[in-house]
Amino acid sequence: MLISFAGKLSKGQGDGEKVTLNGKTVGYALLGQKFDKPQYFWSRPSAVGYNAAGSAGSNKGPSNPDYLKDVQSRIDTLLKYNPGIKKSDIPADMVTSSGSGLDPAISPQGAAIQIKRIAAIRKIDEKQVADLVAVNTQKPLLGLFGPSTVNVLELNIALDKLK
Amino acid sequence: MNTELLGIIASFAITLIIAIPLGKYLAKMFAGEHVWTDFMKPLERGIFKLAGINPKEPMNWKQFLKAMMVINILWLAYGFFVLIYQDKLPLNPDGNPGMTADLAFNTIISFVVNCNLQHYSGESGLTYLTQHFIVMFLQFTSAATGIAAAVALFKAFRDKTTTDLGNFWDFFVKSITRLLLPLSIVIALILTFNGTPSSYAGKDQFISMQGDIVNVSRGPAAQMIAIKHLGTNGGGWFGANSAHPLENPNYLTNMVEIVSQMIVPMAMILAFGIFIRRKKLGLVIFGVMTVGMFMLMIPTITSELGGNPAIAKMGITQATGAMEGKEVRFGPTATAYWSTLTTIVSTGSVNGMHDSTMPLTGLWQLLGMMINGFFGGCGVGILNYFIYLIIAVFISGLMVGRTPEFLGHKVEAREVKIAAIITLLSPLLIMAGTAIASYVFMAHGNADWAVKPANWLNNPGYHGFSEMLYEMTSANANNGSGFEGLGDNNIFWNVSTGIILILGRFLPIFGPIAIAGLLAQKKYVPESAGTLRVDTVTFGLMTFAIILVLNALSYFPALVLGPIAEYFSMIK
Repeated sequence: MLISFAGKLSKGQGDGEKVTLNGKTVGYALLGQKFDKPQYFWSRPSAVGYNAAGSAGSNKGPSNPDYLKDVQSRIDTLLKYNPGIKKSDIPADMVTSSGSGLDPAISPQGAAIQIKRIAAIRKIDEKQVADLVAVNTQKPLLGLFGPSTVNVLELNIALDKLK
Repeated sequence: MNTELLGIIASFAITLIIAIPLGKYLAKMFAGEHVWTDFMKPLERGIFKLAGINPKEPMNWKQFLKAMMVINILWLAYGFFVLIYQDKLPLNPDGNPGMTADLAFNTIISFVVNCNLQHYSGESGLTYLTQHFIVMFLQFTSAATGIAAAVALFKAFRDKTTTDLGNFWDFFVKSITRLLLPLSIVIALILTFNGTPSSYAGKDQFISMQGDIVNVSRGPAAQMIAIKHLGTNGGGWFGANSAHPLENPNYLTNMVEIVSQMIVPMAMILAFGIFIRRKKLGLVIFGVMTVGMFMLMIPTITSELGGNPAIAKMGITQATGAMEGKEVRFGPTATAYWSTLTTIVSTGSVNGMHDSTMPLTGLWQLLGMMINGFFGGCGVGILNYFIYLIIAVFISGLMVGRTPEFLGHKVEAREVKIAAIITLLSPLLIMAGTAIASYVFMAHGNADWAVKPANWLNNPGYHGFSEMLYEMTSANANNGSGFEGLGDNNIFWNVSTGIILILGRFLPIFGPIAIAGLLAQKKYVPESAGTLRVDTVTFGLMTFAIILVLNALSYFPALVLGPIAEYFSMIK
């Protein structure tokens, strides 16, 4: 009870912080959402299709042959849509599903391999897209602890605002 | 040095910095000395008055256990019925249904025994009422029960000869008012200011940038996540537990959750040494546990950072490590660190899916739960370790030809028998449970249950066997994590793990308390040159060896069939 009152003071009044674009709620800041259209930066694969009323990982074991087939087809899809990238450029997070199925972030490398595609489709300069990725990369906590991440929703909103 | 590694080193350092003063405080507080939280006294007095309890009444070990069981059985009955009828009770904004009887049986036991094995998914399986008044309530009380039992053990060895193990109610209430409640409020505040929801609003809906309609589950989660870690419970608000972005929003909250699940178990060990006025013994135990923890943790991190060899063959570099079932914002290092903690301290919360970790990681996770005495759950960790101590005293006594003694009390046949039974109980429950499950899977694949046995496993082969072994081990260790691919919400798993949960919780509390009670009554033999000292590094090593030998002998065959076989099948 006490915490719910305290929660009212925090961002999002304890309901979860929302993100708006042009006055409409387009998502929750912390929750990942599905991005698979070519003009947006893609999110990671999700075992629950980014359904935020549920949450789960794939729970596939590392040696499961069906799972390995899925991974292979994700690699093929990435290679097909992102011209000019090599297999060895693809980071592991872009071909594996997350624990929650709602991962809001991708790795900076995961964004980097998509820059060319986005620039080509949106007919903007590659450098402009790369800068946008750099601005939207979150550094480790205090610059010291944990990995760097890119919040896909924030990045795509910034992308839409460019025009 | 890379920032992911720095992150876990910092987490460990912060844990130590908090646990050491907390240990000193707990020793003083339970001894009844003056501490700064004495302002809670009027509240405690009110609770005792209301319940008609005299907290000063001394209890021997039988009375102590009786008091503990009475209240636990009451909770079992209360929770069972509320869970079944939760759909008809208030605070159910999402209209979730009541539980089936077998699921309610499993769920209520699981929370009463501090395990938090969850065969339902939080978003759709519980209401806000049951999340709060069953789950969260029991997360406080079950942790406090464990701590109270441990303090009885402390009490047995503080004085030379005594039959008084202290008062269960006194320890129980104080664990809540002076440890769990204040600390959870602090942690819940940190979480809620980092974005974890804390209000009672129901599901929300929005249209995403790509035009999909998305429903969002929310609810007052921050409060529960605080106690789930502090009380080494582990049961999450959302199905994906602390991998869920609302349950664990960023790297800072990840560190907070890592630290909070570790501080009470660590502090209890230090408190033991101080309370019985043998600081050195506390430090030796602490040392053994820390070494054990690192022996499990370092290979776990290495194995995860190495990535999945099968994916490496496809030409993916995996520079940061294996990512299946993990979140980008935590990274594989912190996820591996967490997976070791959660299995050794019996929290069972996860920030990444254990089912998708590498085979050897699975091995270390299983081993952590099988040993269950490297720090261990709130209070019960030290009780489990005490059994290993008694066995070590007995064996070293035999080796050097002296009467086995523990802190000035002769260890005789009766105590050793109890210790042996408790030691044998875990392998029996785990192995027999897994064997029966494997038999049902093979022979009765089409039984007409909610999930047909033939469809239990999410993965074929050795990994499928590991899923069943993991579930049984987790139940026995009162851990609560799972290889969640297992289809466990059906009558077989609900009932079998329910029974294992109860036996795996209460017998390992009865045993040590009985031994402690029996030893404490015996005449005190002053230490002499002929005494086998238990507070030396040598004896610490001996205990460590006993732990390794006992567990290796018990579990090696099962581990070979599961994770070890999978490992070798992948590197060929």
